[in-house]
Amino acid sequence: MSQSGPLVKIRNIHIEGRADEIWLEIVRNVDLDLDRGEVLGLIGESGAGKSTLGLAAMGFARDGCRIASGTVEFDGIDLIAADAVTRRSLLGKRIAYVAQSAAASFNPAHKLINQHTEAPVEHGVMNRTKSQADAIELYRRLRLPNPEEIGFRYPHQVSGGQLQRAMTAMAMSCRPDLIIFDEPTTALDVTTQIEVLAAIRDIVEQFNTAAIYITHDLAVVAQMADRIKVLLRGDQVEESDTRSMLSDPQEDYTKSLWAVRSFRREQKPLASPQDIPVVSVKRVAAAYGETRVLNEVSFDIHVGRTVAVVGESGSGKSTAARCITGLLPPVEGTIEFDGVALPPDYRQRSTEQLRQAQMIYQMADTALNPRKRIGEIIGRPVEFYLGMKGAERKERVEQLLEQIELDPAQFMDRLPSELSGGQKQRIGIARALAAEPKFIICDEVTSALDQLVAEGILQLLANLQDSLDLAYMFITHDLATVKSIADEVVVMKNGEVVETGPKDVMFTPPHHPYTDLLLSSVPEMDPDWLTGLLQRRGVDNIGDAAVDKMESR
Amino acid sequence: MKAIGLIILHRLGLGLVTLFVVSVLIFASVNMLPGDFAQAILGQSATPEAVQAIREDLGLNKHPVTRYLDWLGGVLQGDFGVSFAQANFSAFAGADASKGGIGSVAAQLEPRFKNTLFLAFVSAAIAVPLSLILGILAALYRNSVFDRFINVATLSSISSPEFFLAYILILFLGVLNPLLPTLSSIFPDMSFGERLLKTMLPALTLTLVVTAHMMRMTRAAIINLLASPYIEMARLKGINPTRVIVTHALPNALAPIINVIALNLAYLVTGVVVVEVVFVYPGIGQLFVDSVKIRDIPVVQACCLIFAAAYILLNLTADIFSILSNPRLRHPK
Repeated sequence: MSQSGPLVKIRNIHIEGRADEIWLEIVRNVDLDLDRGEVLGLIGESGAGKSTLGLAAMGFARDGCRIASGTVEFDGIDLIAADAVTRRSLLGKRIAYVAQSAAASFNPAHKLINQHTEAPVEHGVMNRTKSQADAIELYRRLRLPNPEEIGFRYPHQVSGGQLQRAMTAMAMSCRPDLIIFDEPTTALDVTTQIEVLAAIRDIVEQFNTAAIYITHDLAVVAQMADRIKVLLRGDQVEESDTRSMLSDPQEDYTKSLWAVRSFRREQKPLASPQDIPVVSVKRVAAAYGETRVLNEVSFDIHVGRTVAVVGESGSGKSTAARCITGLLPPVEGTIEFDGVALPPDYRQRSTEQLRQAQMIYQMADTALNPRKRIGEIIGRPVEFYLGMKGAERKERVEQLLEQIELDPAQFMDRLPSELSGGQKQRIGIARALAAEPKFIICDEVTSALDQLVAEGILQLLANLQDSLDLAYMFITHDLATVKSIADEVVVMKNGEVVETGPKDVMFTPPHHPYTDLLLSSVPEMDPDWLTGLLQRRGVDNIGDAAVDKMESR
Repeated sequence: MKAIGLIILHRLGLGLVTLFVVSVLIFASVNMLPGDFAQAILGQSATPEAVQAIREDLGLNKHPVTRYLDWLGGVLQGDFGVSFAQANFSAFAGADASKGGIGSVAAQLEPRFKNTLFLAFVSAAIAVPLSLILGILAALYRNSVFDRFINVATLSSISSPEFFLAYILILFLGVLNPLLPTLSSIFPDMSFGERLLKTMLPALTLTLVVTAHMMRMTRAAIINLLASPYIEMARLKGINPTRVIVTHALPNALAPIINVIALNLAYLVTGVVVVEVVFVYPGIGQLFVDSVKIRDIPVVQACCLIFAAAYILLNLTADIFSILSNPRLRHPK
């Protein structure tokens, strides 16, 4: 084993992916160096080639991809020239991988600990008994609850944040020299994310492991990486150590990435108490079968205002939206529209009542019929709700497309598959606008989009609100989005409203302890943020542990 | 585990209901067949009185619903009735045919059914492991020459008529290289080894017929999973390809494979008439065809019911096994 030179040395690498019959370049002429014990952050938007490059550092290309040219050296071994057996002898043993979704990357058919011991046993690093004992020790170090027995569960019996830590433990099983972390916290809630981040950083330091940390979240990478490399559509944009990258980005693209979070819309004056709210949710309770999922939920949404409903997955945000739209009739309480109670079930509501409340969905991909053309998708509600036909309808669709800043001539006859993610979401907005509603529910509309695209969508929604006096219910788990667009905030947890108030108040302490926990768990751009937070709160006061503590109080 | 017990009970109940419905269908359709036993056995020159006498004797003149209930009541007690053809004989021989004697349907079916089960068992013991192994190998070396060869070979064997396959096997294994007996006449007092040897050619023919489905489903179910993140994870852990497929893909691909296996096993019980005829194997399929020819209604009904029960039971077992292959159900939160 040579101790000199970098651990990983990638030179002039080109990676291609097959689209239909032709090979397209996904990564173009990128160099990468990584020293022992160093953490390199790879950032970029989706499609930037981060994951592809991360996998290439393991000498691996997904099916349908190939490393077209360039070299990848790991500790002096050329991984591309090496045969499959040599490569396999390094993977898992000296180079390990932590995937984005631990829930999907653990085999559902085997217990966690059996998957953990597989690599050490197969590579002949440890025998099974020893590796099991080691797994338990690693679980303990990663602060998993019940380290003695958690490994003997199946993946579906363990929560997402715990699985992600168990996967980090699995990557550590052979004490590798290098771990590739591929968006390990993207699928997690903020309060869970923070404990996973702390655990990963801690264990990487303890064993002095080198790591490539892939993410699209700048604040996260700021906590984890010593150096940051920025990619844009397969090209390398710039690279420097974390602090100078944050304080002094050189390239325009990097600067624009940094600037996104500065978008902020001023809070509008509060509606006066005598104004009748557009939508008023009054002591609503809902259940799926026998299971209660909402309890005593009340909040108002006024004309031209945005109410952000925040909370983690399972807190009941989307269920509240389903109650308002009548998809899930509440078991108790009422929904009032302009002061008039709506029938609980959408089937009993009039077309006029249905027209007034529209919805925009998280996954524009699945919310648009893939076989209908854009003109048809937007034209349908125009005809259904407003009875416009023929030329009149076409003219209205064109107007709507202009409103969402897409050229009608170009987009009318396209299929959803011919649009980018941001454009699809704009079509989703146009479809909601087509009904000329007073109120729109936006269910995580930006969480599947890249930051720059998401910002465009937020701006568009803000402009539309100003010109059409729309009321928004904005469901999100992302507090940065709340900060930029909300007038009022409703914090939900376990199906109940924990706290409500105007945005400016909600972002100034003091808070309900849960709101406080949520707010303080959102990573900030400061590289010392995580360290500082851990010093202030202690490792036992973050994530699930803190939530549990709060509940037992 | 309680949930699984309930699911299994539920499925069992459904199976029984299905069997009941099938019994009605069988009875109704057999009764709708043109012509009747009395006419068939007495021939063209029968006097109406003679036909009437036989009909009365066998209870054919009773109302169909009464006859159905009588039959169902008997079946539930394990009495499938009296074979018309044998009843005639035994009446001459003076034996009491109605109480499980030589003329009862049960007595006629039992040895035949055992033979059929034996043949099915031998064929399954060869075909199931063979197709699983071939399927795994085809998935492992997918798109290689080996994969193509296996696909072409199994598909051609399934596309050829069974009797053709049977004669080809007879030609190569019985005539050109006399390794195996070409006649599969089996007697109750044969030793197991001798039986096995005699059954080998029909079993091999059936293996060729059923392997393709099972092998291709195994291959497809495994390949379907190869793009999943946990397979990529296993590869990135440096696990060798065989282990990736056998321990990571196969356990998750079991449900569809089990279902196809069950369908093919059911075919081995119910669809082997041609093979039995070619090898003169005394199984239930031959008995069935003979009974239809002479309109021996009780035997036909009993055979149909056995075939239906075999299908239902095997599919039920497949359902239960595929439920059990899901760890989420075996180990609830």
